[in-house]
Amino acid sequence: MPANKYVCIICPNSCEIEAELSDNGKIRVKGNLCKKGEDYARKEICSPERGLTATILVDGGNLPLASVKLSKPIPKKLMKQAAAEITKIRVQAPLKIGDVVMKNILGTGADVVVTKNVGRNP
Amino acid sequence: MIKKEIDVVIVGGGPAGLAAAISARKEGVSNVLIVERGESLGGILNQCIHEGFGVERFDEALSGPEYMQRFIDEADKLKIPYLLNSMVLEVSHDKKLLVCSAEGLTVTHAKAVILCMGCRERTRGQVCIPGLRPAGIFTAGTAQNLINLRGYKIGEKVVILGSGDIGLIMARRMTLEGAQVLAVAEVMPYSSGLPRNMAQCLTDFEIPLYLSHTVTEIHGKKRVEAVTIAEVDSRWKPVAGTEKRIKCDTLLLSIGLIPENELSRKAGIAIDETTGGPVIDEDLQTSADGIFSCGNVLHVHDLVDWVSLEGEKAGKSAADYVKGQKEKGRMIKVRPKEGIRYVLPHQITGKQDVRFSLRVMAPERNMRLVIMDADKTVKTISKKRVNPAEMISFTLKKEELAGCRDISVKLENAG
Repeated sequence: MPANKYVCIICPNSCEIEAELSDNGKIRVKGNLCKKGEDYARKEICSPERGLTATILVDGGNLPLASVKLSKPIPKKLMKQAAAEITKIRVQAPLKIGDVVMKNILGTGADVVVTKNVGRNP
Repeated sequence: MIKKEIDVVIVGGGPAGLAAAISARKEGVSNVLIVERGESLGGILNQCIHEGFGVERFDEALSGPEYMQRFIDEADKLKIPYLLNSMVLEVSHDKKLLVCSAEGLTVTHAKAVILCMGCRERTRGQVCIPGLRPAGIFTAGTAQNLINLRGYKIGEKVVILGSGDIGLIMARRMTLEGAQVLAVAEVMPYSSGLPRNMAQCLTDFEIPLYLSHTVTEIHGKKRVEAVTIAEVDSRWKPVAGTEKRIKCDTLLLSIGLIPENELSRKAGIAIDETTGGPVIDEDLQTSADGIFSCGNVLHVHDLVDWVSLEGEKAGKSAADYVKGQKEKGRMIKVRPKEGIRYVLPHQITGKQDVRFSLRVMAPERNMRLVIMDADKTVKTISKKRVNPAEMISFTLKKEELAGCRDISVKLENAG
């Protein structure tokens, strides 16, 4: 199998990584500057995952929206579906960074977590 | 008119201003004030809801609002005063500021000023795209504001001109919000965004990138109906016969950022026409005594982590200045040479360690940076890859700078 080429998205180094899956199922990785890059390339070959950020509607807040993220990356192919799921969320102010507004999205084990403080509308 | 006396005034409460204020206060200046024209502190980070901020500083990939909140919390803990919805209308060479706020018009006498106004986006007018003026044309940052802060849906079929990072981030964001991003056209033969953003924002969603292409016409009267893109030659002239008409309702522009230096120019501060920011020394002091500059108003950064670092340096420098401890002396010029677009600071005393920042002209592989004193090599730094999208920084120790008179930096092939 030919080597797959990836640009690592984990940090600003943006390492160009080659990962090769050999016949006996072993994965050879080169071009990465650190362990994170190796892990990233292995994941890319087997089951690529991504983080996801979005916004949710807030009622009674000093801002109309709060930004959110996932507590952990989810399979890449579920991103659009997860984004659509998040748009259904509607919560009451106040919100604090770290508040969980949806648990276990699409059964992935990832929670939807608030990333911006929103106070009550004064 | 109200009059005030403040030791250090910080113009702008974004990431640079917050870091500068925190650092000035920690260096022992109690009388500091942040003047912010927006409704809240944090600047552009408010709308940058994606992750990736703070990898260098905190070893965590935070979202913009989370990154900004860490600094706001620290400023609050230090009880740093700030004015919101307040505009600095004028800064004079001798550090008098005219401030318009809910308090009224105020003349503030400052012992030191730190300019942290950030930058703004280049617009359609600055790249002269022919066509009518229908609705549906946005700069990428405006689109980001409308979508992420106000919750508007701004379009369904999108073409993006320019491959700057904000445009790439918006390509992904709009795709995930259900829009169709049909093309990204980039006038240069390479992307102007960070490689990791190319990977996770375009490649992941199979969005086509047209290098050496530009938008030659916008169609539609009330709303954008289509754009024509065409290939360009090496002098950015569209090549006849290569036009492609793409049906769309939205055009995003991600074509560069301009440091916002109207206040600096009006104050008579010398501006470097390459960076668009003030000419500075190693303490980030501008050509006006006691006026400092940091962050995107000084030069456009690709990582906020380095903005914060620069802000801290400016805060310390302003504090040293107020305490009468600023390093003085004959200035050594620092010049960019072959392959280098700019290098900061522009001049140094050579009496202390200096962190330099630069950008290269074009992407290259297997290169080295050569720092010279006249025709003598001071230091070389190997670079496997260089890219104009990625700012390069390095520090020279004062021992390495000892005796230098005429410093230059060039890029050469490592062979």
